[in-house]
Amino acid sequence: MTGKYLTAAVASAAVLLAGGAARAEMKIACVAELSGSGATVGKNFKAGAELAIAEINAKGGVLGQKIAMSCADTQTNPGVARGLIQKALDSKPYAVLGPVYSGSIKVTAQLTSEAGVTNVIGGEAAELTQMGLKTLIRTSFGQHLSMPKIAAYMANDLKAKNVAVVWVNNDFGKGGRDTIIKQLTARGVKIAGDLSTEPAQVDFAADVAKLKATKADAVFIYLHEEESARILKEIQKAGLKLPLIGETTLLNQKVIELAGSAANGVRGHVGLSADAPIDPIRKFRKDFMAKYNYIPDHNAMKGYLGIYTIKAGTEKMGKLDSKGLAGALKGLSISAAKQPGMLMDVAIDQNGDLDRISFLAEVSNGKTAITKTLPPLKK
Amino acid sequence: MSSFATLVIAGLATGAIYALIAIGFALLWQASQTINFAQGEFVMLPAFFALVAMGLGLPYWAAALITFVLAAVLLGAMFKRLLVDPMLKHGVIPLAMATMALAIFLKESVKDLYSAEAYPFPSLVPPVNVNVLGTNVSLQHIAIIVVALVTLVALTWLLDHTTTGRQMQATAQNPTVARILGIPVERMIMLTFLINAVLVVIASLLVTPIYLAKFSSGETLGLAAFVAAIIGGFNQLRGAIVGGFLLGVIDNLAAAYVSTQYRAAVPLFILIAVILFRPEGLFGRKEERTV
Amino acid sequence: MMRVIRQRPVATAIALLSLAVLLVLPITLGRFGNYMLAMWATMTIAAMGLNLTLGYAGQISLAQGAFVGIGAYISAIMTTNGWPLGAALVVAIVVCFAIGWLLGYPALRVQHHYLAFVTLSFSTLAYLVFRNEEWLTKGTYGIYSIPRPTILGYSLKHHLDFYYFALMWLVVISLLMWWLVRSPWGRAFTALRENPLRAQSLGVDTRLYTLMAFAIGSTMGGVAGVLYAPLVEFIDPNPFALALSFNLLLMVIVGGSGYFLGPFLGALIAVLLPEWLRDYTSDFYLVAYALLVMILLIFSPTGILGLVDRLATSRRARRASEARAAETPRIKAKEGA
Repeated sequence: MTGKYLTAAVASAAVLLAGGAARAEMKIACVAELSGSGATVGKNFKAGAELAIAEINAKGGVLGQKIAMSCADTQTNPGVARGLIQKALDSKPYAVLGPVYSGSIKVTAQLTSEAGVTNVIGGEAAELTQMGLKTLIRTSFGQHLSMPKIAAYMANDLKAKNVAVVWVNNDFGKGGRDTIIKQLTARGVKIAGDLSTEPAQVDFAADVAKLKATKADAVFIYLHEEESARILKEIQKAGLKLPLIGETTLLNQKVIELAGSAANGVRGHVGLSADAPIDPIRKFRKDFMAKYNYIPDHNAMKGYLGIYTIKAGTEKMGKLDSKGLAGALKGLSISAAKQPGMLMDVAIDQNGDLDRISFLAEVSNGKTAITKTLPPLKK
Repeated sequence: MSSFATLVIAGLATGAIYALIAIGFALLWQASQTINFAQGEFVMLPAFFALVAMGLGLPYWAAALITFVLAAVLLGAMFKRLLVDPMLKHGVIPLAMATMALAIFLKESVKDLYSAEAYPFPSLVPPVNVNVLGTNVSLQHIAIIVVALVTLVALTWLLDHTTTGRQMQATAQNPTVARILGIPVERMIMLTFLINAVLVVIASLLVTPIYLAKFSSGETLGLAAFVAAIIGGFNQLRGAIVGGFLLGVIDNLAAAYVSTQYRAAVPLFILIAVILFRPEGLFGRKEERTV
Repeated sequence: MMRVIRQRPVATAIALLSLAVLLVLPITLGRFGNYMLAMWATMTIAAMGLNLTLGYAGQISLAQGAFVGIGAYISAIMTTNGWPLGAALVVAIVVCFAIGWLLGYPALRVQHHYLAFVTLSFSTLAYLVFRNEEWLTKGTYGIYSIPRPTILGYSLKHHLDFYYFALMWLVVISLLMWWLVRSPWGRAFTALRENPLRAQSLGVDTRLYTLMAFAIGSTMGGVAGVLYAPLVEFIDPNPFALALSFNLLLMVIVGGSGYFLGPFLGALIAVLLPEWLRDYTSDFYLVAYALLVMILLIFSPTGILGLVDRLATSRRARRASEARAAETPRIKAKEGA
């Protein structure tokens, strides 16, 4: 007899819980690189998203609904990512956030697209938004949008004739390398050196020796933060005096913290930077540091923006319509004045690519100084 | 100054780091047939002990002292008692697998409990460059080379000129006979584990200012130590040192003159050639015991 | 077959029961569950190959993950270019057998950790080839939209169908493996592990069998890879880095090296346990997983089946000694009479 009552009690509790969940929650499934070689990237991405969710929920949620996010770890392995995205889709999420690594996105985006669930990604590889998938939305520039800006800067402002490219040999670095070389050659700049480095490489003596031998008049460095710091130190040690140009990561506060004086003089283009002299970004940086006690990188900003992108699209629709979200976001212009969480005005195109302002910056005295604000491509 | 010399000097500096970690690796193998796949994580972890201690407001020397004590207890004594002892008699591979799991455990714990970020770490020697034979060499690298060599000399002296050292050698060569001769074999093996713990802390304090304190920094280090120890022959400390230096130098020369894209494989294949002609390693003796 | 059933009724019952579970359980699972089960079947095949090399023939290999990669790339490249999966399977078998055979040569010269080193180097090289030879492998971009096969006009796109497809491979390969280890070859492999010198003096061609053990074990890695590519439908170099080889080694050891069923259990732990732990330990699932593996190895260094074997032996011994104890008074009584 007791068994029967117990079963009934459990069943009704389950109904209550399920009902409760359906009533007041916007379920977001996050799939990110929380371990393996992409752990730092994924952890930042997740931290940014969680900060955004805490802010939104504290103000009553989206259209009165609180956001609930569960985050699964892909181990930076597409095979695992594929399993997890299926698990996430089985739980019928409102939207999917992540992953960040392009390899994993190629697997997961196909499945979210088949399921018709909006997938807000952190990846920057150019081809992601060119695979014909209907539900992908970026949180940062694709490399096909950021690299032309930096190539134009090197060709026009810097008047570089021979550029050496140093890149990290993984999907992030290789994609950047291919795009920048295409963009530079299109502008008549010669590629004086093409140097591949390993992820997590420590000793850059050989690379800098090769760099010295190239006779380039500028160097483009496209590595992760720690490796960027190490190569800058090695370049300083070797007494190499060339303009050092980078894209976003090279001008990161973390690189400056790790490289010290070797980072001075580094110049480049910054898409997302917590150092940008814009009030919402200053506030974001302050809040992030208060919560996590370290400086957010651009991946943390991607996670943060991802959540606010979902919020903006939902508020545009005026209802929680999972199937309609991607459509509502495409072609949408979001103003930071109305959605401060978006940090900057942004326009999303039909492929899910973004257009917004970006910056040219230079490091001096251990600080990134924004030297110029580049307008959006389409105004 | 030619770039060749620059590359060799830089390679020696990186190699010194590998060597320092490979010594302990070889020591553990000698004393108890332990292939410690967590050796890299053993170097990563003390840096975080020190960071936590300094975070609590302690000065560097006090933090270092605490790190030595913690490492001796956790990475020396507890590692031996809890993991190595129960598995020792079941052969090399199960224990090697357990150390692999230990590596995951340590790495993931640091990531989840502390942070996935890289942290700068204070250096004992100032981060300046000095001019050696016309090449800029970082003082930190010189310090590592010196410490690696001093460690080797001190260890060799300890092993060859003290009673304890000779007892340790006897234990390593043949524990059964050593036991019959009245040598406290257990204590000798424990001592080896403690020495390894001290070595990894020294390595950690020297290496982390260059490598940065990061949960994943042990991956490269551990593998390099493993490779260096094999090249030099597992059963010779001198071999492990030379193996470390060789690996560092060949890696740099391969990246500069052969291929950057294949830089990780070139030294391995040169070393395979070495092993095929000298299966006992460059400086190793023939294995004198069956495992 | 009948003889097996009569001699080992318990084992046969367990095998049939597991097969029944493997056939029925997936119907109740969603996409995720079936994907993970298919992944388990794939990894079991690769681990079985390594078990042959290591567990039966006693040759350590840190290159099994590389062979999974070679198989996966052959499968991906050929099927995205319009070839059927069967053709890819044949090519993968030939290529992996040949490379495995060549890789066995160092095993003739060096043993133990040096062999580990040689295979480790091969593994590193294979990874670099996958990554750097972009004309062939698409490099870090990876190969996507790998088709799932169609058999007689019936597409295996659906997760349940593909799972049964993978299960079929596992069953076929298990039967082949079962036959192999019981054949004179299999016994020669074991003789090689137990005492190479004696094996040689008994007329076993140790050279040939060492090479065979490497080649067959590697081929099974390749076969697993052929299945891996259409399972994930995307491959890039990273899953086939050294970590996979170590992970496969872990599966063999944790399951019980040298036991036929070892890889099945080992893969169950390495593939499914972390997934299961996610639900209970959230962020700490890998910490919990590593801890459990360590505890398991401490209590049973010979793997799960080693532990089962030990318990069974000690129970038999206890029963035997109980029987003896029961006999003794009677004997004493007889003596007294």
